[in-house]
Amino acid sequence: MRTRSPRLEPAAFHSFNAIVMILLAIVTLYPFLNTLAISFNAGNDTIRGGIYLWPRVWTSQNYKAVFAGGAIYHAFWISVARTVIAVVLNLFLTSILAYAVSRKEYVFAKPITIIVVLTMYFNAGLIPSYFLIKDLHLLNHFLVYIIPGLISAFNMIVIRTYIQTLPEGLIESAKMDGAGDFRTFISIVLPLCQPVLATVALFVAVGQWNAWFDTFLYASSKQNLSTLQYELMKLLSSSMFSNSSASVANGADKGAVHNMVTPMSIRASITIVASLPILVVYPFLQKYFVQGLQIGGVKE
Amino acid sequence: MEEIPEGHMQLNHAETAPMLRASRFRRLRDQKQLMWMSLPILAYVFLFSYYPIWGWTMAFQNYSPAKSFGEQAWVGFDQFKFLFGDDTFLLVLRNTIAMSVINMVLGFVTAIAFAVLLNEVKTRWFKRTIQTISYLPHFLSWIIVTGIVATTLSVDGGIVNVLLMKLGFIQEPIMWLSKPHYFWGIVGASHVWKEIGWNAIIYLAAITSIDPSLYEAAEIDGANRYRKMLHVTLPGIRPIIIILLIMNLGWILDAGFEVQYLLGNGVVVDWSQTIDIFVLKYGLQIGNYSLATAAGIFKTVVSIVLLFSANMLAKRFGENRLI
Repeated sequence: MRTRSPRLEPAAFHSFNAIVMILLAIVTLYPFLNTLAISFNAGNDTIRGGIYLWPRVWTSQNYKAVFAGGAIYHAFWISVARTVIAVVLNLFLTSILAYAVSRKEYVFAKPITIIVVLTMYFNAGLIPSYFLIKDLHLLNHFLVYIIPGLISAFNMIVIRTYIQTLPEGLIESAKMDGAGDFRTFISIVLPLCQPVLATVALFVAVGQWNAWFDTFLYASSKQNLSTLQYELMKLLSSSMFSNSSASVANGADKGAVHNMVTPMSIRASITIVASLPILVVYPFLQKYFVQGLQIGGVKE
Repeated sequence: MEEIPEGHMQLNHAETAPMLRASRFRRLRDQKQLMWMSLPILAYVFLFSYYPIWGWTMAFQNYSPAKSFGEQAWVGFDQFKFLFGDDTFLLVLRNTIAMSVINMVLGFVTAIAFAVLLNEVKTRWFKRTIQTISYLPHFLSWIIVTGIVATTLSVDGGIVNVLLMKLGFIQEPIMWLSKPHYFWGIVGASHVWKEIGWNAIIYLAAITSIDPSLYEAAEIDGANRYRKMLHVTLPGIRPIIIILLIMNLGWILDAGFEVQYLLGNGVVVDWSQTIDIFVLKYGLQIGNYSLATAAGIFKTVVSIVLLFSANMLAKRFGENRLI
């Protein structure tokens, strides 16, 4: 490379760089926009091919099928429920633990931190974990979505590090006024932690909303515990190699829809429904999670 | 990563040293609330993360769920011996290492290149927009991403085949997902697509903390844009690159599970299966719990050994320790 190019004009470099960036943005966005177009296009028309960024035969049948009250609609609410419940419990428990180990005077602060952090680097493995879940009678139970993941070591470190940056005087003076640690945590520390809690909430929510493996492993025999992602996975494996199969997707066979709704078109609409909530939220939290990642540093 | 702020220990000693032994108990009593806030959660962590390790005993038995612990037949290291004589396992091991090396190399190179190039964009709104877009796929589940990959590569109307045909590179659509030799590459490309923006975050942060006077000095010396990238930006983020690289060695047997499981199919099975899939298949589908546990233990032990070696290596390189 040394032989040519003494120096490209800055303008040339900037245009080149901008083009690379725009190409990257297109590659990132195109599949998503394509899915959006397919989700609004009639299923029997999509099979003919040639749908790129805009639907050819507009329809909202694919979405009606999702929300028609069938299995997929039920799965949507299971996904919502597990996400909301897990985020609330997770935030509360993780931050309460983070507060305790952030107290310098606490005798067990260091041992507890080490014990929790070590869990980031090993796990007992699939089979022993499966037996634990089975012994706890959590198989085919809604709580299997909530209980196993209540504490995340990474999130605890992020919150603890944040608490340690708070002015010590605030906590000290609360204690002077006779508040115990729990009171101090609830009324002083927690309100100040909002930015870091927003980050952790996003991490937990994304993890819960996107989870499918626990359904597959622990609750696959119970249809009423199925989640949106799991329904999507079932459709994916049934239609991966034959986009053109015209059978009506399950939960969508409501007479009139006939060929309007195909596995491919309903998969597209579930994909949109499954990704939209997060895509709407994350740009607003960008500032926070970038910070959170830096606090966690290389600790992921 | 243990990271109690420095000075913390000294502080504790300074506090406790003059105290009498009796006051220790008062201190414990004063910390009753802290204990209530942490010890139950610690018990929970023990139950879900440490207690299941007991299940590792299964790998040294011919485990049968019908028998009690006392009645199990102990077989020593037979399961491990079988594992390493088993062609399927060796194949799975090869796939795991190959895919994780491919993912790691592609992931590092693309994220660093993206961070360095994005850093050169001076128009703020454009930079922010690109960055926001680049995070998007990170928040999608592997279910959605593999669905997108399958659609993109499909033979009827998938954009990759359409483009390649329009440009005249191929005459008829390629069945990408049914070609065993493409599988590793497709997995690597999917990872890049999903994580390039997310992985770049940490490098971008490191780049912004490079001392601006270094760039000025380079400019005075007549360095052009490329020289500055090469001699200021890249060396500036070298420490973080080395730490991340070393740390990633610990995950060498973690090629991922979801993407291979979701994209894999009968035709490419010899190239797509990873250790995790092996464990799932032997353990929960075939019911050979002992063999599956042995495979899982192998993976965990290798990871821990690699992690600690990496940690020591990092220390010798004079970088921050990881744990």
